[in-house]
Amino acid sequence: MTSDPALSGLTGSIIHDEIVPARAPWLHHVAAGEVLRIVDVEGNQAVDFLIYSAADDAERYSAQDTVAAQGNLFLRTGSVLLSNEGRPLMRIVASAVEYHDTIGGACSCESNTLRYGHHTKSQHACVDNFLEANLTQGRGKRDIVSNINFFMNVPVEDDGTLGIVDGISAPGLTVDLKAEMDVIVVVSNCPQINNPCNGFNPTPVRMIVAA
Amino acid sequence: MSATADPKAARDHARAQGGTRVETMPTLPPVATDLPEGVTTEGLLWEETLAPGGYASRRLARGTRLRLIDKAGDACASLNIFNAEMPTERLNVADTVKVQWNAYLGAGKLLLSDMGRVLASILEDGAGTHDTFCGVSNVASNIRKYGEGRNSGIFPNGRDRLILGAAKHGLTRRDVHPCITLFKGTKIEPDGAITPVVGPFAPGREVLLRCEMDVIVVIANCPHVMDPREGWHSTPLRATAWRGPVTLEDDQTRNATPEGQRAFLNTEDYYRR
Repeated sequence: MTSDPALSGLTGSIIHDEIVPARAPWLHHVAAGEVLRIVDVEGNQAVDFLIYSAADDAERYSAQDTVAAQGNLFLRTGSVLLSNEGRPLMRIVASAVEYHDTIGGACSCESNTLRYGHHTKSQHACVDNFLEANLTQGRGKRDIVSNINFFMNVPVEDDGTLGIVDGISAPGLTVDLKAEMDVIVVVSNCPQINNPCNGFNPTPVRMIVAA
Repeated sequence: MSATADPKAARDHARAQGGTRVETMPTLPPVATDLPEGVTTEGLLWEETLAPGGYASRRLARGTRLRLIDKAGDACASLNIFNAEMPTERLNVADTVKVQWNAYLGAGKLLLSDMGRVLASILEDGAGTHDTFCGVSNVASNIRKYGEGRNSGIFPNGRDRLILGAAKHGLTRRDVHPCITLFKGTKIEPDGAITPVVGPFAPGREVLLRCEMDVIVVIANCPHVMDPREGWHSTPLRATAWRGPVTLEDDQTRNATPEGQRAFLNTEDYYRR
């Protein structure tokens, strides 16, 4: 019997349960059929997210294929996360937050110099997390593509104006992803402090895998 | 007896084909009769018309102007762009829209790399219908829509064309990254829905790019992945490039926004050697 609300609704057994510290990378293999739950523990924490096919990591998440196939920019319950070969990698089977972003990309030391000024170059950034995690498995800079930002809010206005604005998540909200094939998930628990994607305060997230 | 029964006859047969002109081909050396004032044939670098469903890739030096023309209203130019001397640096579509606080491409917009630099800028835009969101078709999406998607078939897909173009410069599947598409557009509705804006349009619309770094440009000319029309619609795409000066510090496009100005500062810093 469990009283942990973060486990509510998950079926099967919990095979992994881990807190990813604020600002840290995370890499995990998720087998086909398993469900990965991400818990936005303290609320409005952007979780930058890449997916690779475990069998062939040149096949990876494609934001463009995903949004084109569903005809909508936002990722919601039911969204199928497609690869660059047009195959389903994972599926959003539940989301307590109305929608998630996949057009805003990941922060980098370099793009921070453009967005905020060169004084931010020494700050930690998501691309450095993606690199650190991917390099442990032989992937590198060429393998970093447009990612998902769970719990991040990027509206697009009529004239094309877009931006990372205040989040629509809250403490304890979750998103559940079912693997459609064996995948490698690479995460950056976003360290950004110059825009509202983390409420200007990076916090831990929790990763739970049920099988 | 066949005209190609022995090597000498086969040679004559092959050589007799030389000099054939078709619409979709490169012109060597390049010739163009419609260059802007001040651009001479001497400065011309590249003149090629890509076939419907075709592709091309080429190294272009910093300062080069690249003009693309949608000759008949159904060209669709999907672009991958790499730093030619360090191709791990490439176009970053997410940074391009995020840094400029806008998703719609047009005159004055910059195409940014994943290293905070400007690969190219858009100097002129006679089209106004472009796409940063949807990328290209792939073999799976083409099979769904056209029943066929192979390079060796009649409806090749955009991704495989970009892969071939990139491969001609030693790059691989791993290097084909999210792209931008010129001439075929998308419009974002308030609920996030994507409306394709694919025409067909009037013939002859042009886009003029300026290379801000030494780049490898890969172009695929395949139908937009969200083209809602029945059937395969693709028409020739013309590419013309000529030499031009490196962007000066007082350039209007360079200084249009603080973010762009810092991207140019980073680019100039890269070439400080």
